[in-house]
Amino acid sequence: MAEVMVITGTRKGIGRYLAEYYIGKGYQVIGCSRSEMDDELEGYEHFCLDVADEKAVQKMMRQVRKKYGRVDILLNNAGIASMNHILLTPLSTVKQIFETNFFGTFLFAREAAKIMCKQKYGRIVNFATVAAPLKLEGEAAYAASKAAVDNFTQVMAKEVAPFNITVNALGPTPVATDLIKGVSDDKMDDLIGTQAVKRLGTFEDIVNVTDFFIREESDFITGQTLFLGGIS
Amino acid sequence: MRDKIYSIIKEALTELNEELDYDELRDITENTAIFGGSDGIDSLSLVSLVTEVESLIFDELDKSISLADEKAMSMRNSPYRSVSALLEFALSKVEAE
Repeated sequence: MAEVMVITGTRKGIGRYLAEYYIGKGYQVIGCSRSEMDDELEGYEHFCLDVADEKAVQKMMRQVRKKYGRVDILLNNAGIASMNHILLTPLSTVKQIFETNFFGTFLFAREAAKIMCKQKYGRIVNFATVAAPLKLEGEAAYAASKAAVDNFTQVMAKEVAPFNITVNALGPTPVATDLIKGVSDDKMDDLIGTQAVKRLGTFEDIVNVTDFFIREESDFITGQTLFLGGIS
Repeated sequence: MRDKIYSIIKEALTELNEELDYDELRDITENTAIFGGSDGIDSLSLVSLVTEVESLIFDELDKSISLADEKAMSMRNSPYRSVSALLEFALSKVEAE
């Protein structure tokens, strides 16, 4: 039977790539986003929801368990960004960023782990960012929400380790997606200049890390955040 | 509804006790202590139990509830302290759904 993988934020960008990549590798992939997919993917089931809606997330994960019997892997990819000076940032923006990036990650991780703890196996991969360790100006709310994900990953890793569940995070550099479309070329060049390897990240860089974290042999690797591009 | 949830809790506790093998959980009544006292289960077992009760309520009653609670670790007020406390807590959540 195919391993069952849940990926959040699959309508576009990294999430969409992850869905197609893992369908191609034979996984049963279940994804979600606020809106419907633009097309249909074979071997894929889609849910429309807000990742910060507790009731909706619980219902989705329970339906997944009921239909597929298990959840082996969760890729907590859904995220939003916003660039602004702190003094010009409305609280509503900060709340929105935390709701998607942290509350959404928390809810999916919690509901997935409930299923995984019974099967005594699971792999959870959260999405952090290089914006946190780089302390990027203009990204205070985004970086803070992802720093929360980073710390959450470390604590959760300890709490669910007795159930043979690993929890790790991946910190991508900028990848050419909608998330960075509002960032100027100068700003992007500056950012890439801080990396040891000075180039944009690619989708292939991302799956190289997720593949590693979700391998059955990676059961001794948990509570780690792996930053791409030579950032630490 | 009360009887159904009571039987779900007993079923989940019985399944859990297949691993734990506690004498206190062999004959489950509403007075059976679950968590917080000297007879109770440990916190990891509590996580498994609560998760299983939530799942069974969804499967058998088609109600998607959360039994998470801020007072979980409180000795006096925990909704997990006994079968009857968990039963009343779950019943209130199902009825509110």
